[in-house]
Amino acid sequence: MPEELAQPVLRFERVTVAFDEHKALEDVSFEVEAGRSLVIFGAAGSGKTVLLKTALGLVRPESGRVYVFGRDITGLHEQELFRIRSSIGVLFQEGGLFDSLTIEENVAYPLANLDGFECSPQEMHRRAAEALRFVELEHTLEKFPSELSGGMRRRVGIARAVVTEPRLVLYDSPTAGLDPITAYTIIALILMERDLKNTTTLLMTHRYQDGHFLATSRFNRETGQIERSAQENGPEGARTGFLVLRDGRLVFEGTLPQLKASADPYLSKFVKRDD
Amino acid sequence: MFDWLKSPVVAVQDFYVLAGRALRNIVRRPHYADDVFLQMDIIGVGSLPIVVMMSFFSGAVMAMQMAKALSQYGAVGQTGQVVAITLVREMGPALTSLMVAGRNASGMASELGSMKVTEQIDAMRALGTDPIQKLVTPRLIATCAMLPLLTIIADFIGIFGGFVISYFVLSLAATQYWNSAWQALDYADMAQGLIKPFVFAFAIALVGCYYGLNTTGGTQGVGRATTQAMVVSSVLIFVLTFFITRIFVNL
Repeated sequence: MPEELAQPVLRFERVTVAFDEHKALEDVSFEVEAGRSLVIFGAAGSGKTVLLKTALGLVRPESGRVYVFGRDITGLHEQELFRIRSSIGVLFQEGGLFDSLTIEENVAYPLANLDGFECSPQEMHRRAAEALRFVELEHTLEKFPSELSGGMRRRVGIARAVVTEPRLVLYDSPTAGLDPITAYTIIALILMERDLKNTTTLLMTHRYQDGHFLATSRFNRETGQIERSAQENGPEGARTGFLVLRDGRLVFEGTLPQLKASADPYLSKFVKRDD
Repeated sequence: MFDWLKSPVVAVQDFYVLAGRALRNIVRRPHYADDVFLQMDIIGVGSLPIVVMMSFFSGAVMAMQMAKALSQYGAVGQTGQVVAITLVREMGPALTSLMVAGRNASGMASELGSMKVTEQIDAMRALGTDPIQKLVTPRLIATCAMLPLLTIIADFIGIFGGFVISYFVLSLAATQYWNSAWQALDYADMAQGLIKPFVFAFAIALVGCYYGLNTTGGTQGVGRATTQAMVVSSVLIFVLTFFITRIFVNL
């Protein structure tokens, strides 16, 4: 394994998150190394969003530790968390775009507010336009989120997540509620971002084909095309891990072939449902 | 045994934590001056029409009712005095604050509540902004600045409403009404009439923002938060006015 893949970018160590009496996450441990992709499957209410928010430090665990870029974030003050978050991109399930800001202002928001990005207005405009060009929405700069369709808002969300060129990008159910064609566009953008920038990617989803696509496809820089591999244990598969969450607990951790081969009734049902 | 107490105690604790952080942020960077002025416009200028309407008719109704009672003692000439004292000490601050609570505490709760349920608050934190600094503190500053000013306008318009009735219906001389109103007021009345809206402003802004930021349960939750914010801030206004009046009566 190359040297840069050895350092865990994100590590959960026996993390439990509770809201009142309800445990949203229970004793969850995993890690993801730099440059790898981790697909987290789970049905609605299984704890995917809570896991993402815990990784960002938006939710504090009741017990356990969360390490981001090797630093324990569980006890950090909000101001210190801002510094760590400046290296993380995030796409929220609903997009999380600010209604009162234009698309350009939304995309440039992290550049204007996160630590370490002292950009001039011209530079911010250039980078926002570039990020929007990546998601093929450069013509929407002056529009407001309410003027865009659900899929377009999700793409703007991706542009905002990657505008700072983060080392780690978290995607929360990016294809939920979208038609198959738009869902493919979104997942293809996630793949392109991963392969162009070599970012560590965490994808929370309930759709098996999203994870399958990430584990069996690559973006070819030379041809500018997405290439699908016939093998599930090829190089993309080897650097894509899979977790399955059920009622806040991790019930599976492994590779795509292992997931498909699992005899567990819940996992088989999960895999077969969409495959 | 006392589990039922847990939820209200936690709510009060969370409210004080929010209040403390909002106040602390007034002196901390970054300052969002644009947001403060925007909120001043929404709260101050936006509330002006309803405050003017409400205070004019309140003053007019008060003059009619007071004149009827005063006529039994042959003191209709003191209408201006009674209207001025009642408005400046109590009704001006309370009614203006209730209008602003109805309009802005609910507005803040629904706006922040919608942002909460659509993950905009989380996005804000994830993208390097403290939501209390960006959303709560500007609303608090704007409400504290605008509510006393609105109250001054409401007091004057209310006294003017009383004058219209006194002059055209009760046939009092204009100088008699205005002299009686002006002579009746002293500095303690003014102080009381300005301290009250300043204190109520905290209740309105913080309660509105508290319920907004603690919204759960989708659009239904936003509706619930909006109603709760309006009800709680309105009740708080009456409770606070009692205590402030008690302090001034004893002075």
